[in-house]
Amino acid sequence: MAKAETPVAPEKPEPVRVYRHRLPTRIWHWVNAVTLLVLLMSGLMIFNAHPRLYWGEYGANFDRAWLVIGSTADAGYLRVGDWKIDTTGVLGRWTDAQGTTKTWAFPGWATIPTSYSLADGRRWHLLFAWLLSVGLALYMLWTLLGGHLRKDLHVRRAEWSPRHIWHDVKEHARLRFPKGEAAARYGILQKLSYIGVIFIALPLMIATGLTMSPGMNAAWPWLLDIFGGRQSARSIHFITAWALVAFFIVHIAMVLLAGPVNELRSMVTGWFRLPPAKDGRA
Amino acid sequence: MSDIILPRRQLIARAGGMVAAAGTLPLLAGCDAINDAPAVRKILAMGEEMNRASQRALIDRDALAREFGRADLSPFFRPNGTRLPAGAVYAAHAANAFVDWRVKVSGLVARPLSLSMADIRAMPQRTQITRHDCVEGWSAIGQWTGVQLHRILDAAGVRDGARYIVFRCADRIGDALYYESCDMIDARHPQTILAWALNDAVLPIANGAPLRLRIERQLGYKHAKYVNAIEAVASLDAIGAGKGGYWEDRVDYEWYAGI
Repeated sequence: MAKAETPVAPEKPEPVRVYRHRLPTRIWHWVNAVTLLVLLMSGLMIFNAHPRLYWGEYGANFDRAWLVIGSTADAGYLRVGDWKIDTTGVLGRWTDAQGTTKTWAFPGWATIPTSYSLADGRRWHLLFAWLLSVGLALYMLWTLLGGHLRKDLHVRRAEWSPRHIWHDVKEHARLRFPKGEAAARYGILQKLSYIGVIFIALPLMIATGLTMSPGMNAAWPWLLDIFGGRQSARSIHFITAWALVAFFIVHIAMVLLAGPVNELRSMVTGWFRLPPAKDGRA
Repeated sequence: MSDIILPRRQLIARAGGMVAAAGTLPLLAGCDAINDAPAVRKILAMGEEMNRASQRALIDRDALAREFGRADLSPFFRPNGTRLPAGAVYAAHAANAFVDWRVKVSGLVARPLSLSMADIRAMPQRTQITRHDCVEGWSAIGQWTGVQLHRILDAAGVRDGARYIVFRCADRIGDALYYESCDMIDARHPQTILAWALNDAVLPIANGAPLRLRIERQLGYKHAKYVNAIEAVASLDAIGAGKGGYWEDRVDYEWYAGI
């Protein structure tokens, strides 16, 4: 902001507020927060019905799985390829609220509903998949037509330089976030994360989800060719879900580090207070 | 068809356990209360209707499920659900190589039929290598040979008012004999067959001998095994509890299982 806007008494400058998130972004953000949580938890319930993943077109109990969450007589385990880790208490073998030992892959506190029901998990998952798909389609359209993509997410040529990206990585690692006017714009890592979620991860979830549908396979058999078969699509669906969880964890960490009240308020009201720069200017 | 799906008794026992947990874990119990609320069940059911309507609009009536080559076959085709129907009657049929097995075709048809396995094998046959997708998530590829259902329906002369085809089975699971149903679009689909052979051999008992349905654009529990009767009906209301299938009535699986 220009110096002229600095208040006369500089001891306690009024924070400079910028309108950062427009209404469609705020609505989509919160609808998506709920939708993705429901999809993750109901998805874990569906996974519990057959906690094995394969590559290729087919895969069942007698075929080699690349990932298994299973249980022995007294332990739970996660096996990925030839690597196996004991997960007793969390995955494969855990104790529910009544103290009963269960051998479903993911524990009840992580699934919808909390006790095993593939039917109900599917009903939640397949309804909220509509919310995700319609919401994402509308939001994508809005980012393209409304200028959000061009103005806020577009990666400028200078930002592509490895030196610039490496600089942003180092700044993040040192927990040094932009101050003043620089905080009003997205950094290169933010841009790449949001583009990755909106234009890669979420569409990939929807496309691999549809690839698992025998009906859609008849309509669009090329989906099977893109992902290398139904079981490969199921594996990619699972991996991408955890990539989104990883995004969520980093996202929350960044919000907490950058100032949770200001960040949360900006995603509710749209208005973001610029953290003051060292020289007192906003 | 699943061996993991719980009988209703156990579900009720679990529901009781959930109520007991309410004191210790109000949050989780609250989540399950939402899941069980009648208004929520109604909203959740909208998802199935949206999936059915959109897939019916998007998928050509006769669009085929992908057919594979022999090199793509699963080394072993996993049987699921009932692996051996109980009872002396079925055992006697099995001991006799199913020569006396009959498939009754009734309901809204001009000519009710009672077909023997010999009758069925004498009709034109279709062989297809397709992928079987269980609702649980696993898939297996097998080669099926049998008669297209529409040939049997045409032989019986389905009347105009018929909207659904119901399949009755010889395997009892818990409180009832298995049953399933589909609409006329899937019933008349070229890949919908009553199969008596799997991978060039007579259908094994674990996979539904002597006759099972293949309804290739839907999930595994729709593929009724041990079929001994086919009925053309105008409504599913009088079939079981009215939702059109064994698991649909008991655990609320979707009747339209295209996804």
